[in-house]
Amino acid sequence: MANYSTNEFKGGLKIMLDGDPHSIVENEFVKPGKGQAFTRTKVRNLKTGRTVERTFKSGETVESADVMDTEMQFLYSDGEHWHFMDPSSYEQLAADKTAMGNAHLYLKEEAICEVTLYNGQPLAVTPPNFVELVITETDPGVRGDTATGGNKPAYMETGAVVKVPLFIEEGEVIKVDTRSGDYVSRVK
Amino acid sequence: MNNPCGAADAWMPSAALATLESMALLRCCVHEHMQNNQVLEVVTPALSQSTATDPHIHSYQVSSDGGHLSYLHTSPEFPMKRLLAAYQRDIYQMATVFRDGEMGRRHNPEFSLLEWYRVGFDHTALTQDVLDLLTLICQKFNLTLPAVNFLRYKDAVASCCGTSVGQLSVDQIEKLFKQQNRSYPQSIGTDIDAALDLMMDEFVISKFPADQLTFLVDYPASQCALAKVANDEQGMPVAQRFELYWGSLELANGFNELLDSAEQRKRFEADNIKRELMGLNTIPVDENFLQALKQGMPACAGVALGLERLLMRLCNLSEIGEALAFSSDRA
Repeated sequence: MANYSTNEFKGGLKIMLDGDPHSIVENEFVKPGKGQAFTRTKVRNLKTGRTVERTFKSGETVESADVMDTEMQFLYSDGEHWHFMDPSSYEQLAADKTAMGNAHLYLKEEAICEVTLYNGQPLAVTPPNFVELVITETDPGVRGDTATGGNKPAYMETGAVVKVPLFIEEGEVIKVDTRSGDYVSRVK
Repeated sequence: MNNPCGAADAWMPSAALATLESMALLRCCVHEHMQNNQVLEVVTPALSQSTATDPHIHSYQVSSDGGHLSYLHTSPEFPMKRLLAAYQRDIYQMATVFRDGEMGRRHNPEFSLLEWYRVGFDHTALTQDVLDLLTLICQKFNLTLPAVNFLRYKDAVASCCGTSVGQLSVDQIEKLFKQQNRSYPQSIGTDIDAALDLMMDEFVISKFPADQLTFLVDYPASQCALAKVANDEQGMPVAQRFELYWGSLELANGFNELLDSAEQRKRFEADNIKRELMGLNTIPVDENFLQALKQGMPACAGVALGLERLLMRLCNLSEIGEALAFSSDRA
């Protein structure tokens, strides 16, 4: 397994800490003019999602985490697991509830997701940044009201609840930003 | 500063034009202050046969076409002291210096260091000279000089853990980090000075009020670098050193300069032993500098001030890259 020195640290680097894979969120070089240099980081535990601060002595090395982001196609859910397929090898993998996080709220069959694998097993699933979904239920639209900026909850075919502008109708297709859960636009 | 190479705007300067104008003004202020005090401007070599032995300062070694190796200076200290020994005059220099591996929001591997020496001054007298310079600069920048505070290292240590610095152990510092729920790297091991550096940064320096100048004075003797060591009023040895901070940003580092050539050689050799233990290259000791000390350097105090750091405060910049025409990722 490769090692990284603190001077190779950058956002997104995957490292092993206390036996768990972590991703570096932020890192800062700290050094008095005369004296020891340190690297202060914020790291996210990829298993638990928790972010903690961690300080290293500069020049220290840490083990890289065998974490790989791979694009996979969502096939179906059996209620307990969500099944994905690698479109080039046709290999199938099942992600559990923890790995799915909120991703399942946005997934339609055949959607291409980023699946983070740790030692070959799904650790996290990231849906596409933008998805187009059908509204299955929402209050009737207010015609002509495109400017007042009010909103209402709308239930998506996949289970997500998205705040949409008042003029949007049930049965319409909208574009949603899965990172924030926000409504982006109407899809004609 | 995080522009990946090849980005469409990577050719653009990292500093705004107004910031470059401010840097030019800042350099004018320095010349004015030095001329007012009859301090002579000098230029010393950037390339030399020796360099800093400090195990925490990493020099660039450069090779000529013929394979001859030289170091790029990390500060102009040694040749400036040779000038002091030869001519006994107050001197200053604004030098571009190079430090490998120093890169971040407050660090760039290449930066401008204003270094000056006052003959007959001690470190305390020199703090006043630093303040006079800052007063002039603030005037020209239409700013009010921030409030000034002097803090002794041992008082700072006592305020964060109630123990005197002489009695403080690495284990106690680690315990303090645990109590405060702060991360402490195990790799510090038994290195008390590294533990002190981190403790000062976490619990003292980062708490300095943003609009205050703090002179942290009287360092532990183990952190004497090139400063004289003397006993304080309790008979405890302290390094006659100061660091100046604006808010929590370190600007300058000043010494009552060590004059003793034999003691200086011992410190260089101790640095090289530490370097070997750390798996670093040892540095050939600068014999010309030691010879100059032996010849006799006048009693003096010297200080080095990072001009880009000062500009960050004068122009309210959050990253050092904004104070440089081109930060190292665009150089």
